[in-house]
Amino acid sequence: MSVLKLGIPSKGRLQQQTVDWFADRGVVVQRSRSDREYSGEVLGVDGVELVLLSAGEIPKELVAGRIHLGVTGNDLVQEKIADWQQVVLDVEPMGFGHADLILAVPNGWVDVETVDDLDAVAAQFRERHGFRLRIATKYHTLVRGFLSHHGVADYQLVDSQGATEGTIKNLTSEMVADITSSGATLEANHLRILRDGLILQSQATLFASRTADWDAEALAGLASLSAKTGWDLATDL
Amino acid sequence: MKNDRRGRIKQQANALSDAFVAAGALPVETDSLMAAEVLLDLYGEDIRARAFVTHDAEMGEQVLRPDFTVPIVQRHMSEGAEPARYTYNGPVWRKQPRSSNASSEYIQVGYELFDRANPAQADAEVFALFSNILKPHQLRIATGDIGILLAAIAALNTTDRRKAALRRHVWRPERFVRLLERFGGQTGALEHRVQLLKQVAAKGVETVLQEAGPLHGVRTRAEVLERIEVLEQDAAAAPISAAEVDMLETVLELKGTAGAVLGKLRELAVDFPALGASADIMQTRHAALQAKGIEAEALPFEVSFGRTTLEYYDGFVFGFFAENRPDLPIIASGGRYDALTRVLGQGRDIAAVGGIIRPEALIAMQEGGL
Repeated sequence: MSVLKLGIPSKGRLQQQTVDWFADRGVVVQRSRSDREYSGEVLGVDGVELVLLSAGEIPKELVAGRIHLGVTGNDLVQEKIADWQQVVLDVEPMGFGHADLILAVPNGWVDVETVDDLDAVAAQFRERHGFRLRIATKYHTLVRGFLSHHGVADYQLVDSQGATEGTIKNLTSEMVADITSSGATLEANHLRILRDGLILQSQATLFASRTADWDAEALAGLASLSAKTGWDLATDL
Repeated sequence: MKNDRRGRIKQQANALSDAFVAAGALPVETDSLMAAEVLLDLYGEDIRARAFVTHDAEMGEQVLRPDFTVPIVQRHMSEGAEPARYTYNGPVWRKQPRSSNASSEYIQVGYELFDRANPAQADAEVFALFSNILKPHQLRIATGDIGILLAAIAALNTTDRRKAALRRHVWRPERFVRLLERFGGQTGALEHRVQLLKQVAAKGVETVLQEAGPLHGVRTRAEVLERIEVLEQDAAAAPISAAEVDMLETVLELKGTAGAVLGKLRELAVDFPALGASADIMQTRHAALQAKGIEAEALPFEVSFGRTTLEYYDGFVFGFFAENRPDLPIIASGGRYDALTRVLGQGRDIAAVGGIIRPEALIAMQEGGL
């Protein structure tokens, strides 16, 4: 028998907002007294165990079926899980942690407003410089999928795990595909979002694993939780 | 059980390989790990979605061989004299979607011919060889020629830039149609481009650039200016005529027996003489095929065949399918890929035509499953 495991972010604003979200629905998610210990409990429902994980780890744990439910950004799920809809079910968008994954170019590229322009400029760039136009990002799957869908050629992705906007000035990329919420970082780095360059609107979302062991005990935990949240997903799993 | 099947696949592969050797090919081996750089430059980012990319601190990014074409061409360029015939027999690795039951590792047995003397003869030699080897399996045949499409683009009465843009996207049908609609004036000028050119005309390009803010990175101001000029030229260019757009759309959809398509092509060449050369190429190939005992005019033929799946083929292409097993991948495929050798040879022209057979698909046809 397996008790229902709920994975939530282990720290930061995302964790606090998740706790608040559950509290609004009468479910008390509570960390252990020691702030350093990554465990906790769920009060107000029966048969649900809390697992604290880094938001970036939660997609992997959902795929492996080691947690039944997990809270993370849908950007991370769609980036990290191939054919994600077959593996997880997006149960409910939670209304916080909003961020857009976008394509942005230097302000001075007055000739590039749309993805069509980008494609034309990529051809020009390759002809002139002998290598493909570089887009710095950490969202390789999502960006590649978007550009491939729009028939853009002659670009390459370069990996950037942080300070992505700075790579253009450092001459290691020509443009970026990055997450933005207010646009302030882009503005400070003299970058502009392409008009049709919105790749994904992301927010914190509650996902259910399709690969986890949904036995009677786990389903009982889900029923207990669903009574508070109003979910109806037992038949979808 | 599984091991038995592997054994039979290996046997089938060796038999195919023997047939290629009997046809005069030199058996060659290539590395399983290839430098990612070459493949990325050739195929672009899509290769990362299709091939297994791995990383080594010393060797850098490496790719598990997704096909043999690139290493064979490289080998031929460094040491081959023409004409040359090569055959290979070994595993390739391709990522498969989660839902697919296709294997990520499978064997390809291939035959590649490098001979610039007589393209029609070379096309016929490779096709006839595959056709004879596969005859006992009674496969459905598909053929085509992307060269006809490229010739139709070259025949358009429009700017070289527009032709280059269409040629560049021949393998991306959706964008191709979008470009054609724009160049043909069916979708009006893009509003943001009109606005940009208006501003440039009103204030001068210097002011427009200044107002936009700093330009850093590798792409220079000169490049931005050059593209604005291109946009100005394009805005001034007349749309591609409706008759020519029609012609291109007709060519894209030409299908039937090779004989019937050739007839249609001759008809089109009355108004668009440039297509005459494509018809001549086809006719010469038919004669060469006929001499090899192939009923050339009766072959199923589709101009656009291989346009989405066989990128970089730019001439005659062919495929063999298991008619009653739609679940199986294409059993054998191939064609002419002069464009690829041109890129790999950095300008050196090497005429190349070849193809592969998948022994595991042949076994699956006979035994079921995959």
